[in-house]
Amino acid sequence: MDFATFLIQLLNSVQYGLVLFMLAAGLTLIFGIMGVVNLAHGSFYMLGAYLAYALTGYFGSLAWAIAVGAVLAMVFGLALEWLLFRHFHCRDHLDQVLLTFGLIYIFEDLRSILWGDAVHGVAIPEPLAASIPLTDILSYPLYRLFICGICLALALGLYLLIAKTRLGMKIRAGASNPDMAQALGVNTRLIHSIVFALGVTLAMVAGMAMAPVSSVYPGMGSSVLIMCFVVVVIGGIGSVRGAFISALLVGLVDTFGKVLLPQIAGMLVYMLMAAVLLYKPEGLFKQ
Amino acid sequence: MSTARAHIEVLPRSVQLALALGLLALLLFPLVGSDFYLQMVTRMMIMAIFAMSLDLLQGVTGLVSLGHAAFFGVAGYALAWFTPSDMPVSLWWSLPLAIAAAGLLALLIGCFVVRTRGIYFIMVTMAFAQMLFYLFFDNRLLGGSDGLFIQFRPDASILGWLPFDLEVRTTFYYFTLTLQVAVYVLLRRLLWSPFGRALAGIRINGQRMRALGFGTHGYQLAAFTLAGALAGLAGYLLGAQTGHVTPEMMGFHMSAHALMMLILGGMGNFAGAMIGAFAFEYLLHLFQDLSNKHWQSLMGGFIVLVVLAAPRGLLGLLGLLGQRSAGPQQSQGPGHG
Repeated sequence: MDFATFLIQLLNSVQYGLVLFMLAAGLTLIFGIMGVVNLAHGSFYMLGAYLAYALTGYFGSLAWAIAVGAVLAMVFGLALEWLLFRHFHCRDHLDQVLLTFGLIYIFEDLRSILWGDAVHGVAIPEPLAASIPLTDILSYPLYRLFICGICLALALGLYLLIAKTRLGMKIRAGASNPDMAQALGVNTRLIHSIVFALGVTLAMVAGMAMAPVSSVYPGMGSSVLIMCFVVVVIGGIGSVRGAFISALLVGLVDTFGKVLLPQIAGMLVYMLMAAVLLYKPEGLFKQ
Repeated sequence: MSTARAHIEVLPRSVQLALALGLLALLLFPLVGSDFYLQMVTRMMIMAIFAMSLDLLQGVTGLVSLGHAAFFGVAGYALAWFTPSDMPVSLWWSLPLAIAAAGLLALLIGCFVVRTRGIYFIMVTMAFAQMLFYLFFDNRLLGGSDGLFIQFRPDASILGWLPFDLEVRTTFYYFTLTLQVAVYVLLRRLLWSPFGRALAGIRINGQRMRALGFGTHGYQLAAFTLAGALAGLAGYLLGAQTGHVTPEMMGFHMSAHALMMLILGGMGNFAGAMIGAFAFEYLLHLFQDLSNKHWQSLMGGFIVLVVLAAPRGLLGLLGLLGQRSAGPQQSQGPGHG
């Protein structure tokens, strides 16, 4: 592997890792703060991608689609939390698994009713359709860098929100001791709504941003969900920092695995997970 | 945290009666059922074995696995490998070997997963099952995404003497029924053995069990291995019945189906697992019949309703009914937390 190919694969793995982080951060926040196991997280990703497809068709521009889509995602998340999930944050994990599995079925069917079962493509917006030359023959698509940019901006925003703001302080308080936080005047109900909507929005925006790259197809949620689980297990549940590092790690192993060891590429990340579990059963960054 | 659920380990009279009637109905069914329904009920019984094997983990030991289909699928593949393309394979060695393969795999994976707890356990079992799924899905040598065909059902002859012929549908039906009853009896006995009591103790309070001197990891690993082996029995039977194994057999959806069967039926006593498996398979059939296009919404909506309205499953409802008719003086029996 020469240097340019290596660089391309490195950029690919970082881009994949950052998208995984967006998903895993939402998953781990929802679990860490509300105690809800959300198997439908992959479905949010899928719905996001389809929403980008529909809105791009409507507005004629992906940028508008993502902007409007993010707002719709937030509303969708709040509605879902209000309708269903608020009844489940103190229930048994098993009930949550069952509820969210039922939702997977419903969303899958909803997707089929609204957009059919065909694979759809979403066009890359004009100014981002170019490629940056790396050597005389190899170049890297600008749009993938744009995805990295979105993800990094959101990751930074998330960090600032949780670490620096008043709301973030309440979120952290609610995560470490919900009863005490409530007694001290934190509106945990509201915090739950916000965190859930935030998680849903992150997942759906990730789906929207990925739509032009991966195209939009049925069942795109389930493979991503399982990858998210791997990321969360490696990073340690409830740790957003852990999710960030392990998402990049998983991105590296998966991308380079496909190039260097194609025969067992599908299994490599799971082997990584097994190795981590042997060493640290609670994940690398469990608080 | 799963102690709050209703574990009706001691079966109320009403449930015992329902089970006896169910067995009678299953025994007589081939006399009245058409070929199509005979196959459907056979499949239901196979899934009942699968669900019961998961119940040993989930209902009894308190370990919620979302990767149980891995063992189910591997035994099905084992049968596919054992069966030559031009003749059937002997039942008498292929069945034990397939079960052993599934059990061995469960032992291996179990070494990793019993170190984790709760939600980690769910995710890690799921990830391991997915790893196997991709191993089979990506490898042309193992059949790839199309899976493998099994041209012949296993042959039960002993030195030329054929006690029963599994190619006959009714025989295969009764063979499955026998195994289902045997697994139920075995697991019920196990539930009330010292081993089963230790597992139930781990579910209720693992820390206390450790303080009492039980090596809880060892017990959990044993339960995981046994559950995997029994799932293998079900997988072998399904492979033999359908004549086709695919990676989907060990996929996420199959594991989740088993889990839903348990929750639908009620956990911790194996009767619920059977009732849940029959009900789930029937509903799947019903919804696909009702609206082939939108069965997923119907199934999904039904599942959401069950979680919201009947968190103790069908058996919980049945048990409640029995208690009400028997009057308040009827005690609930021992063994409740």
